[in-house]
Amino acid sequence: MAQFTLPQNSKLDKSAGKHHKAPEGSKKVRNFKIYRYDPDTGANPRMDTYEVDMASCGPMILDALIKIKNETDATLTFRRSCREGICGSCAMNIDGTNTLACTKTCEEVKGEVVIYPLPHMPVVKDLVPDLTHFYAQLASIEPWLKTDSPAPTRERLQSEEDRAKLDGLYECILCACCTTSCPSYWWNGDRYLGPAILLQAYRWLADSRDEATGSRLDELEDPFKLYRCHTIMNCAKTCPKGLNPAKAIAETKKMLVERRV
Amino acid sequence: MTTKTPADNRPLSPFMLGQYYRFQWTSLLSIIHRVTGVGLSVGTLLVAAWLIALATGPVVYADFAKHLTAWYGQILLFGWTWALMYHLGNGIRHLFWDIGWGFDIKVAEKTGYAVVASSLLLTAAAWAVAYFL
Repeated sequence: MAQFTLPQNSKLDKSAGKHHKAPEGSKKVRNFKIYRYDPDTGANPRMDTYEVDMASCGPMILDALIKIKNETDATLTFRRSCREGICGSCAMNIDGTNTLACTKTCEEVKGEVVIYPLPHMPVVKDLVPDLTHFYAQLASIEPWLKTDSPAPTRERLQSEEDRAKLDGLYECILCACCTTSCPSYWWNGDRYLGPAILLQAYRWLADSRDEATGSRLDELEDPFKLYRCHTIMNCAKTCPKGLNPAKAIAETKKMLVERRV
Repeated sequence: MTTKTPADNRPLSPFMLGQYYRFQWTSLLSIIHRVTGVGLSVGTLLVAAWLIALATGPVVYADFAKHLTAWYGQILLFGWTWALMYHLGNGIRHLFWDIGWGFDIKVAEKTGYAVVASSLLLTAAAWAVAYFL
């Protein structure tokens, strides 16, 4: 069922937020308001405010988070790895939209920088969401090349035109920004696959070398798995790689219609 | 096996549109499409009531028409006209999406503006016809 408010244990405790002052002599102080949840105490989540001296901070949101962790509060927890927008680890809700902390500049954000974990996900700690269900859904679409024909003695060849059909699909880094920006996924995520997984599904439907198109479409022909997409387009709008899951979903729906006529 | 694991107690991260997740032009129009759809369903009941009043006779109909021509009836009718025009226009936008056209973010935003503008124009036109012709 659609759920419009946070459950009791998830409501932000307005009185519990801590304020961490910037050191004396800071030149360009900026406030970062960050979602905190500590599983060890189990207390309701809160928003902590960190003053960061931008004069001694790198340009990206991730730089600020690392600076806070190094210099102010070592307990602040977040995922990060590549710091160049290719691993997808540091996906979070920054300034009201999902994106990668490593490719979003502090300059783009006006005023206080407000950071939450990816929306409508179980929180493991602070900015770390539990992605177990997301990965299980990815596994469910069997995201690998499936063939019946005997393996050739060399690579399975593909024309340049067929290869071009994978552009805009293969670049997905599975950061889950799009899926967790989708209101349909918030409310039907248990059965709806969501934009990221559906884009992955279409990536294999669009691949000229894959021979399981029929059974892949059979799997997707479901009122919930695919058809909870209502073209809200939050996915395409938020994708840090500039991809368009809404378009991939529409193409999948078209394939389902086309094979009937 | 009733022991609670940490996973059971995990809080749900904030999500609501507007409050935690910024409204996008496209998501706003999508919600309006849903709301106008619900509004039109309710409006259909009004049309049915109007027909029943018409079929029952002049006395009942005059009573019914009194409400429709009162200020609140006019506001409701105006709202329903706009809801119809918006839902119609956005429905056509959805038909284009169904054939795979208009997914580029810039295009989707422009068609959104077009739908809002046309819904206002068509509503104004419908009421102009009702009042002046």
